[in-house]
Amino acid sequence: MKTRVAFFDFSSCEGCQLQIANLEEEILDLIEIVDVVSFREVMKEHSNEYDIAVIEGSIMRPMDEHRLRKIRSRCKILVALGACATTGGINKIRNQWPVENVIKEVYKDADIKDNEFFNAFQTKAVNEVIPVDYYIHGCPINRDEFKHVITSLALGKKPVIPTYPVCVECKKNENVCLFELGKYCLGPITRAGCNAICPTNGSPCDGCRGILSKPDVECVMEILQRYDLTYEELKSRCTLYNTNVFNPKDGMTLVRRSKND
Amino acid sequence: MTKDFSINVEHVTRVEGHGNIILDVKNGKIKKVEWQVSEAPRFFEAMLRGRNYDELQPITSRICGICSIGHSLASLKATEDALDVKISKQTGILRRLAINAENMQSHILHVGYLALPDLLDVGSVFPLVGTKHKDALLKIVKLHRLSNVMSDLICGRTTHPIRLVVGGFSAIPSKKQLLDLKKELVEGLEITKEVADVVKSVAGNFPNFKRETEYIALTSNNEYALYDGVIASTDTGKHPDYKNYEKIMNEYFVPQSTAFYAKHARDSYMVGALARFNLNNKQLHPVAKKVADMFGLKPVNYNPFMNNIAQVVEFVHNIEDSVNWIDILVDEGVRDEQPNEVKLKAGRGVGIIEAPRGILIHDYTLNDKGRCMKANCVIPTNQNHANIQKDMEEFVPQIIDKPEKEIELNLEMLVRAYDPCISCSTHYLDVKFV
Repeated sequence: MKTRVAFFDFSSCEGCQLQIANLEEEILDLIEIVDVVSFREVMKEHSNEYDIAVIEGSIMRPMDEHRLRKIRSRCKILVALGACATTGGINKIRNQWPVENVIKEVYKDADIKDNEFFNAFQTKAVNEVIPVDYYIHGCPINRDEFKHVITSLALGKKPVIPTYPVCVECKKNENVCLFELGKYCLGPITRAGCNAICPTNGSPCDGCRGILSKPDVECVMEILQRYDLTYEELKSRCTLYNTNVFNPKDGMTLVRRSKND
Repeated sequence: MTKDFSINVEHVTRVEGHGNIILDVKNGKIKKVEWQVSEAPRFFEAMLRGRNYDELQPITSRICGICSIGHSLASLKATEDALDVKISKQTGILRRLAINAENMQSHILHVGYLALPDLLDVGSVFPLVGTKHKDALLKIVKLHRLSNVMSDLICGRTTHPIRLVVGGFSAIPSKKQLLDLKKELVEGLEITKEVADVVKSVAGNFPNFKRETEYIALTSNNEYALYDGVIASTDTGKHPDYKNYEKIMNEYFVPQSTAFYAKHARDSYMVGALARFNLNNKQLHPVAKKVADMFGLKPVNYNPFMNNIAQVVEFVHNIEDSVNWIDILVDEGVRDEQPNEVKLKAGRGVGIIEAPRGILIHDYTLNDKGRCMKANCVIPTNQNHANIQKDMEEFVPQIIDKPEKEIELNLEMLVRAYDPCISCSTHYLDVKFV
């Protein structure tokens, strides 16, 4: 029997699911090796029997948590798809304010107290609610990486996700370093796998694939020094996709390691 | 005729985002008919507070994966309006190519992958692989790819454009790349005609339903307006005072519920491809006009299902339009120019464009440090929700004697005809008409 895959979307722009449609003719190859049994965005058919659940989007409400737990209980492997799911993505920008504050800003004085659709908490990534087995990073995801992960899992193999920084891919593309051009880029600390698509198109990396678990801090400090940039600015640049990075509670800090480290 | 039944479609499939259809019939009388939206609120306007002027595009692009180019362009226009940044002629042309590419991508996705299965009586496009429709499906996939190849070239990526920045482009395609694209577009035009024939052969399956309503879209003296123009209505004509768009797009609450509605001259209005066609059809390029004639599409058309057909017509127009712009760019010489310089100043800016699903507005107030103090986004789908609801109220009595499954399918098809993009809802909507 073919591996059964189901797609589910939570709070997101649905752009990562769209990348699957954007595989174009290759989707037809993909459905040769897997059975897509649920994918609300493009199909009416639905089944609760699946092996792999692919989750797009952040978790924002108790009703979403409930739905997510049900999905987890039904699948063997759970994959988080795209930044909103893997890290919380830009949905976490709002976590700097209490929920009441952001509701007031957007919905003013609307009477929404008893409406469960509005019952929002601080944005969570998928792994803050249930265990996640594999991650497909990015905003949006890289289609080739999606193919790699899904075909590997369908064949019972472990997919490989880069553990080196975007700079490696950027150099391979023979780009002029954006720091040289006076721009501020998060490439040195961000997980590769996007083929350095932003710097290659003249725009700095915003860190959408998440910060490396072990960034080369010495190298970052050297860059800051060489281009006369501040650590504070680095922190502020990380607030688009990586608001948690500088919170020691979340296990990742960009502090200079001691020489004996 | 006495009949008791209820229809509850939770999370309508083959649309972007989450919406429900509720119908409750007792003794043959409609007790309740509702178009509900259950999407989680995302609070974009709140997230923009305090962000630097050059972060507004990357953040608001993420409002919608399907129309990220539209959001990016509305965002850049608003930012440039606030900061008084002018753009070059070349940037204007490249942005028009970007908007054409997105319109094509979104329309072929909707007509080919989301709407067509209803006409062919299948649940999705996947089963078509093993049928006589495989050839048509492959042509649709080809057109989808063509649209994305074009986005890749102009914007650096198909979803969440990279090259679109304040004042211009961060990278420019070469003359050779543009000429290669033109060749593909010319070939694509022929494939599109073939796909239009396929749609024509099953278009009789669209319900024949009409409801008079108001249509709102951008309009321009120079072109079929997508990137630039003034707000216009089929009821009230042109409204050039763009900074006071709130006088047109009245978002309001229904007293007994929490709903955000939009209305103007009537209880509801429609935006999107059909609205643009109804207002601007005279400016369509020649082949697009022919395709409209082939489907018998004439202004003002009040059948919401014909929005699907208006999308096919626009797809053809976008190809013709892009070929023209590429010719102009190549004739005048493609320059590897840098984005125009930005000088910070406090001010308010409003950017209005036509996204695939209709008129889209971003409105920012910046302080003298270039930080965003206040933001408002008016989303096409939010403007359509009230019209969907009003359509349902009028449509259901006309089909109430049909079998339940058919009523359900007809209502789903009505929702899909609007191509709603509910994940776009930066404002939350909870439509209730009990």
